[in-house]
Amino acid sequence: MSDFILEMRNITKTFPGVKALDNVNLKVKKGEIHALVGENGAGKSTLMKVLSGVYPNGTYDGGIYFEGKECHFKDINQSEDVGIVIIHQELALSPFLSIAENIFLGNERQSRKIMNWQDTFSQSKKLLEQVGLKDSPETAVMNIGVGKQQLVEIAKALSKNVKLLILDEPTAALNETDSANLLKLLNELKKQGITSILISHKLNEVSSISDSITILRDGQTIETIETLGEKVPEDRIIKGMVGRELTSRFPKRVSNIGETIFEVKDWNVYHPQQRDRKVIDNVNIHIRRGEIVGLAGLMGAGRTELAMSIFGKTYGKKITGSLYKNGEEIKSDTVSEAITNGLAYVSEDRKTYGLNLIDDIKRNITLSNLKRISKNSIIDENKEVTEAQYLREKLNIKTPTLTQLAGNLSGGNQQKIVLSKWIFTEPDILILDEPTRGIDVGAKFEIYSQINELAAEGLAVLVISSELPEVLGLSDRIYVMNEGRITGELERGEADQESVMRYMTGSGGASRANSN
Amino acid sequence: MQTVINLFRNNIRQYGMIIALVLITGLFWILTEGIIFKPLNLTNLILQNGFILVLAVGMVLVIITGNIDLSVGSVVAFVGAIAGVLMINNNVPVLLAIVLSIIVGALIGVWQGFWIAYVGIPSFIVTLAGMLIFRGLTLYLLDGQSLAPFPESFGMFSSGFLPDLGSDGLHILTIILSVILSLVLIYMEFKNRKTQLKYNFEVVPLWITITKLALLTFVINWFAYQLALNKGIPIVLVIVFILIIIYTFIMKNTVMGRHIYATGGNKKAADLSGIKTKRVVFWVFVNNGVIAALAGLMFASRLDSATPAAGNMLELDAIAAVFIGGASMAGGVGTVIGAIIGGLVMGVMNNGMSLIGIGIDWQQAIKGMVLLLAVGFDVYNKNRAGK
Repeated sequence: MSDFILEMRNITKTFPGVKALDNVNLKVKKGEIHALVGENGAGKSTLMKVLSGVYPNGTYDGGIYFEGKECHFKDINQSEDVGIVIIHQELALSPFLSIAENIFLGNERQSRKIMNWQDTFSQSKKLLEQVGLKDSPETAVMNIGVGKQQLVEIAKALSKNVKLLILDEPTAALNETDSANLLKLLNELKKQGITSILISHKLNEVSSISDSITILRDGQTIETIETLGEKVPEDRIIKGMVGRELTSRFPKRVSNIGETIFEVKDWNVYHPQQRDRKVIDNVNIHIRRGEIVGLAGLMGAGRTELAMSIFGKTYGKKITGSLYKNGEEIKSDTVSEAITNGLAYVSEDRKTYGLNLIDDIKRNITLSNLKRISKNSIIDENKEVTEAQYLREKLNIKTPTLTQLAGNLSGGNQQKIVLSKWIFTEPDILILDEPTRGIDVGAKFEIYSQINELAAEGLAVLVISSELPEVLGLSDRIYVMNEGRITGELERGEADQESVMRYMTGSGGASRANSN
Repeated sequence: MQTVINLFRNNIRQYGMIIALVLITGLFWILTEGIIFKPLNLTNLILQNGFILVLAVGMVLVIITGNIDLSVGSVVAFVGAIAGVLMINNNVPVLLAIVLSIIVGALIGVWQGFWIAYVGIPSFIVTLAGMLIFRGLTLYLLDGQSLAPFPESFGMFSSGFLPDLGSDGLHILTIILSVILSLVLIYMEFKNRKTQLKYNFEVVPLWITITKLALLTFVINWFAYQLALNKGIPIVLVIVFILIIIYTFIMKNTVMGRHIYATGGNKKAADLSGIKTKRVVFWVFVNNGVIAALAGLMFASRLDSATPAAGNMLELDAIAAVFIGGASMAGGVGTVIGAIIGGLVMGVMNNGMSLIGIGIDWQQAIKGMVLLLAVGFDVYNKNRAGK
């Protein structure tokens, strides 16, 4: 019994309309590295938020026992007080402050409200040695790389006398050397008696370092594997992550595929801030008329980055490569050039990048192609209403009037407006980024039907989705991305959840050898 | 009755402003024992506040894009000084001097628009710098002194009136124009209503439309009658009226107008919709430079001199007018008509408080309170609607 430093028993957490966690159990042994794996949306982050008190006691069901005592955390401070520290994927450091100041942020070394700089620096120095960081504690955090920032976060955790360290995708933004260093450090910390929970999509890391692995799927615990010092086969983990039945949530479709209409050749993109980090690595893809192509990948694989760099170079720096439409090279340096060339991109974040929430439905629909409803730059409002009305009926946007503000509508209806907006530009190639994120099942089905209909009209559709069933249910063909590269290409018949997941996690046999 | 309440709730922004204007005007009608509505005073009210209305029209565009322009007061002075130097010191013909002054305004807009749109410095900083730069240049140009008088024909800009049709006593042209305006408004309202019915939009009951038109027609014609009793329609009013029509049309019916609202409403989404938001912001500032130059000419013409202190704090009156008129600091919201009503609120207060002998000290304080309450009322309503 006392073996376990942490037990989470029968945790259930419900959001309006969704059961994010359903009777989840997690037992972590003292002094081990415990990996937590699962698809996007399996409930990993939610579970960790419950544990750290981000979702306070009372907003979930079930019990948390830390070192044998039941805990009722009301906020993060309370969980940190007992020694549970979480390091989020997006690092929470203040870029202009020094390493030392960041380590003790919110926990300042002080005597009577006056900063004790000597203590701050000498103690930071010790902590930095512990995590193997050689930089001076006076360096500003913005001047060190992401890998080192990760170490600062760990030093910060150590300063709080951490007993259980939770790392959410710590290596997602790191290169291989930095990742290896970090994993080595976790092993060091283990020797010092610190327990870690590692959330990661990189299954090779997981299987090489963990003592036990808990798999979550659709908010439920599937199993906990004890590694006993052996390397667990990645296939075994993948099976646990995806073993789900495809239901008939997708409308039937007979595909009618024509010739190749759009090609992306030798596409390379660098990160806009970290100039030497390659985000897209030599990608070659093509789409045919009437074809729905899925683009699968885990978070951070570079799917959105690929789409946005193609769409008017709206993401990235030092973009190289070429785009072809109907065999002829086209330019897509600005959004309007992309639109003119028949490209359309429906963003994954409709509120930030898709809609003007304080404007009405019809104006949102027509915004990307005002030329179509204007003459000599003067807008024909009658025509605008007629066109918007047509799309409203076609996509079944549920609203009393077209003059309703976009911000007043539900997520599903907002998504339909964004889709209408891009259909209105009369594209040949439609890129949909997470087209059904955060909308209910009914609206999902309607959007799937619409996608099918557009393909039937001869459009080439590229669907980016983090939901494997969605990718499999919609696509004629699937590209899989991992760390900026296309790691696999699968036809409808040969793709199943396990094969796609294998490519997604970078353990996809043959093609992996090709890309190396 | 329920429809009226609903109508009011849904349009509380627009109606709120109009009600505020009516209340404030009514208050001063009582306090000044009716003097505020005397023909002579109504004419004065327009002549004194014309340039605030003009500035408000330019400013509302800037604020809809989510920016601000603090420099217009200084630009008013600087353009006045340019006009003075050209006409008074160098005997440049009036018309040519006017054109040159407007070009200077446009160049100032190009300068500020470049730093804001293409370099990416916040408009608050760039136009704060502009406020100092152009005030300084004005002092330099005028050597710290006033230049006067302007050629007589330049006075038309501020104190001219539309010519009469030959009769004495009543200014007939004014009456004719106001009747035509009323007819046009009635025609447009019914045409609009027909379109709305055609597309099954929610329409207000007919009796409300008729009541609204009756009130509007009454106010316009009564106002015109008062002006006709004096000297008729001032040129200033004609300028303001033309600006209102042009800019309302641009903002409502043109692609450019849509791009301005979209840029202010959600810049990222506008960028991803193919709108060149930098270019939009740039041209809005060029436009505001031109408008400020126009106001500068009107101001210099009214004073009949170019003075270093001209237009001091005028930018704040214009900004206040725009916010009282329902625009939002965050951008994406606001109308030309709203800004004009806001400008009229400021104008009526300036005029009314002067009439009842309130000192400049209390005038400032009271205007500040009105701005605070007007925007506070707006924020309160928005929060309540959000719940």
